[in-house]
Amino acid sequence: MSMLQLRYSVPGDDFTRAGEASGDVKHKLKKLGYNPSAIRRVSIAMYEGEINMVIHAGGGEANVDVDPDKVVIVLTDHGPGIADVEKAMQEGWSTAPDNVRSLGFGAGMGLPNMKKYSDEMTIDSVVGQGTTLKMVVYAQSEKS
Amino acid sequence: MKVQNIVNILKAEILAEGDLQEEVKTACGSDMMSDVLAFVKDQSVLLTGLVNPQVVRTAEMMDMHCIIFVRGKRPDETVLSLARQKDITILATPYRMFTACGLLYEKGLEGGCDVS
Repeated sequence: MSMLQLRYSVPGDDFTRAGEASGDVKHKLKKLGYNPSAIRRVSIAMYEGEINMVIHAGGGEANVDVDPDKVVIVLTDHGPGIADVEKAMQEGWSTAPDNVRSLGFGAGMGLPNMKKYSDEMTIDSVVGQGTTLKMVVYAQSEKS
Repeated sequence: MKVQNIVNILKAEILAEGDLQEEVKTACGSDMMSDVLAFVKDQSVLLTGLVNPQVVRTAEMMDMHCIIFVRGKRPDETVLSLARQKDITILATPYRMFTACGLLYEKGLEGGCDVS
């Protein structure tokens, strides 16, 4: 049983609200007195994930389980899925529409940033059905 | 330097006031938020020409204390109220990005990303 289980619905139609869930997780981890560097890695990785769900998948769900030694973030959407995960992981590769670039995203850095800040990341995606992305951030890690 | 020094150096207008006595050491200038998120090095100031709520969210995730909108750009009330909630100072400077960054760098604010 986790110390804290957080469940969020990420709205897909309102770009201005993307990041609310990550901000809330950050706030709650701070209150718990979690390792500050782990908090930052959790917030950034989850924020990029939230942005991705809004840009590509019409929103989704975010489940965050907090344990003393690790935070597990699971992002689930029912969007178009990722046809070529390996390609999507390359820096600079993006399928985001141009209007997203004018908002400061869509440069193909989202997934690489998420991999960089998490200790473990797995992507389970089926074209036409959706994507489940799991990230684990350890409280104590060499990435800190 | 302190946030108050930035206000003076950039002839900036304070649109949302956090802690102006906060000590800041490094800054980042970009319109691409994912580039800002790609480097975590205790950067406390963000200079940008992009004016939307995601700029404040990005600063929040990065633990930044101050956002400077360059070339006279002004955010709307949504952006300002979000910044107030998060205790982030918002400034508007008439200088363009290159000049604003240069003026701050000259006075000792660093980039925080060393090239090895």
